[in-house]
Amino acid sequence: MDKKEEPSIGLKLSPRLIELLAKLQEIELEDLEMDVGELEIWIQPGAATSFPNIKTALPAAAAKPVKIVESEFTPPVETYPGRVCEVKLGAMKNEGGTRGKTITIGGETAPPFYTFEKPTPNPPVISVDVFDMEVPLPKAVKMHVKDVTGDPAAWAKLAVEKFDADLVTIHLISVDPLQKNASPKEAVKTVEEVAQAVDVPLVVGGCGDPAKDTEVFEAVAETFAGERFLISSITRDMDVEKCAKFIKKHGHAVLAFTPMDLNLARELNRKLYEYLPREDIVMDLTTAALGYGLDYSFTNMERARLAALMGDLELAHPMSSGTTNAWAAREAWLKLSPEWEPRELRGPLWEVVTALTLLLAGVDLFMMMHPAAVKTIKDIIRQLMAGRGAGKSDKLAEWVLMKF
Amino acid sequence: MSQKTKLGIKELSPIDVYRLLPKTNCKECGFNNCMAFAAKLVNREVSVENCKPLLKKEHVNAYKQLKDMLKPAVKEIIIGTGDKAVKIGGKFVMHRHELAYFNPTCIAIDITDEMTDEEIIDRIKRTENFQYEHIGQTLRLDMLAVRSTSNSPEKFKATVKKVNENTRLPLILCSLNPEVLRAGLEAIPGARPLLYAVTKDNWREIADLALTYNCPVTVFAPNDIKLLKSLVKTLLEYGVEDLVLDPGTMYGEGLADTLNNFTMIRRSACKYGDELLGFPLLGVPMTVWMESASLAKEIVIWREACLAAMLMVRYADVLILHNIDGWALLPNIILRQSIYTDPRKPVAVEPGLRVFGTPDENSPVLFTTNFALTYYTVASDIESAKINAYLLVIDTEGTAVDSGVAGRKLTAEKVAESLKASGVENKVKHRKLIIPGKASRLSGEIEELTGWQVLVGPRDSSEIPKFIQEKWQIQR
Repeated sequence: MDKKEEPSIGLKLSPRLIELLAKLQEIELEDLEMDVGELEIWIQPGAATSFPNIKTALPAAAAKPVKIVESEFTPPVETYPGRVCEVKLGAMKNEGGTRGKTITIGGETAPPFYTFEKPTPNPPVISVDVFDMEVPLPKAVKMHVKDVTGDPAAWAKLAVEKFDADLVTIHLISVDPLQKNASPKEAVKTVEEVAQAVDVPLVVGGCGDPAKDTEVFEAVAETFAGERFLISSITRDMDVEKCAKFIKKHGHAVLAFTPMDLNLARELNRKLYEYLPREDIVMDLTTAALGYGLDYSFTNMERARLAALMGDLELAHPMSSGTTNAWAAREAWLKLSPEWEPRELRGPLWEVVTALTLLLAGVDLFMMMHPAAVKTIKDIIRQLMAGRGAGKSDKLAEWVLMKF
Repeated sequence: MSQKTKLGIKELSPIDVYRLLPKTNCKECGFNNCMAFAAKLVNREVSVENCKPLLKKEHVNAYKQLKDMLKPAVKEIIIGTGDKAVKIGGKFVMHRHELAYFNPTCIAIDITDEMTDEEIIDRIKRTENFQYEHIGQTLRLDMLAVRSTSNSPEKFKATVKKVNENTRLPLILCSLNPEVLRAGLEAIPGARPLLYAVTKDNWREIADLALTYNCPVTVFAPNDIKLLKSLVKTLLEYGVEDLVLDPGTMYGEGLADTLNNFTMIRRSACKYGDELLGFPLLGVPMTVWMESASLAKEIVIWREACLAAMLMVRYADVLILHNIDGWALLPNIILRQSIYTDPRKPVAVEPGLRVFGTPDENSPVLFTTNFALTYYTVASDIESAKINAYLLVIDTEGTAVDSGVAGRKLTAEKVAESLKASGVENKVKHRKLIIPGKASRLSGEIEELTGWQVLVGPRDSSEIPKFIQEKWQIQR
């Protein structure tokens, strides 16, 4: 791979993106039949309410202005009683950990990127997914990680060094009793390898089995006491008290997962408050893929953030999104008829659009997978963080005359 | 400012509306009484005109008051005429959860007056033929933006004429030169295209064109909302009332300004009743092509798609794009469908047993969740393959299979209960249940609880037909 890196400016994607995107490979899946409907049934929503006629003469030119009538504009700035709490992830040597840096998320006092009101205190960050065993991956992703699947340490290194991940999520899915049923000890070993390979803060993910995850998280929390990992995740049907206690005892932070219901999110947070300070809690309100419920995720997160700013303390936590779920949409990975190809571009763009939508709803931590998607979101976050006043508009009108 | 007289969407109560209705409970509107109709009006589920008595002369004042009381914060503008028309704007709220968004963002594809005839026809055809079926809707592109890159009135006139003869889509005519726009309008005098654009330099000439041809017109004041408002005020006083606002679409270092401008304008309209900013917003993601000479085409298309997505989320009512490649447009038309879905609609479908085709005692039994999107996707895959089958829809409180399993809304217990309650065991001889691939972790438990044999199906329902053909036939 060409090592030449370009500092990227906003949506200017570096040439490396092309490499990341362009590895078109052979195609496995069958064509999806497209339903090409009849053009005749084409209906415009609510059309045909007016049939304007060309006026033959100008209306009476009574008191028409002859020069621009000045108006004033005051930015519609509001103030909010609430503030999203800040959560610090990772701990360096002098803080009891071994990480090379720490990351702070949250702290917002205005809606996402309303920089006309307040600057965004901490940039949203990206954690790249690493799995501890072979998992089914979409082709567009697999081609970038095929040399490291099954080797979480190498995968984590790739994520940090090549994909520019801010954090790494090590998903311990091999502990699943229905999969390899790996022991907590083995899980600890995997985390150890990853923690040795990279020095960014880590997110530690479980397998989804409440009892086993509790066991594994406890072993990991204890072994890596003081590292301030984000334990992903605690759900309502786990022994919340037990989990919260060992997370607190060993100095980690928690990701509180609830399925698309703000009341459940509040309820889980209330339980956690009995054992943990607010600054140890990040929320995952569930991310559905673009086209498969993203609207619910978007609105849930937007509501949560607005409620937080209006003073709802139980929702005033940084938000995390499992953006990788974007790949659950068949349009992200399925081979479609030629007019929608190549899927090697469509897939990562699916992840990008899912992420951008939620970025504007207030997500602070993205868990992502495709390197081109990661790069794009990082570039855009950088631009949005730069704030206002940098836009150059003097030549903007020339788009009308632009030739190809 | 004294514009805060109008009640916001949240403050308006059915009582306020009821007071102005005839109060005769005549039921002509289809509701039992005027109060019920008032409640529907407040929710914008019906229009005032459904009350026929109100349209009579004696109620004209009440009608006018109601119209004004119920009018959206962002004016609804019609572009085109007759069956070619589209509506943009008509927004009541900033956030979709406050009510719902109406009139989905129109996407226009550009054409220039220096393209060859073949290229023009090709772009028209590709724009018109673009369609994708998703959750029971056909998603399409909406408009064409004809730009004069030649700056020649004759050339533009000929191109506009040609485009208009070859399309049924409404047009945006783009030139900052009034003579060029006039020529374009002369080619299609009654078509009511959207004009682009009024600037501080050409506003009078273009305002005259808008009045003469009765067209909506875009006000372009890049990165200068004060100027934008001033131009709007000027045009309104001049008699031009159907306006669209373009505060400039900048990318790269200008991205933050762009999103802030769109956001400030929409908030001023929706929350502060600023009528000078209460017009639809137009974004031009194709500005990314201005600095694209040294870049691969895919990169520029990629950027354009990112900008379009962000502007769609941040209130754009019209977008002008250059790219027509499906891979980049598909995410955005699906995003549009998502955010314009009425959030008041239920997330879930009725749980229970569904019958597809004419199943017999040997037909497969599958299950899925009652999340509407999941259900419709699975149902359409089974239907389009013409499979005879029973589909058990399990009440997961409206969550999808994977999040249902993760959030314990979809459990083996629930599957067992639903299977029992459905009575499907009396309809088939076999005891084999096909479960979604994403619920594979439940298979052992389901077998224990139900005594049925579990066949783990595909992870995506598009592969159900193949699965049934290969696995079910062998099983039998």
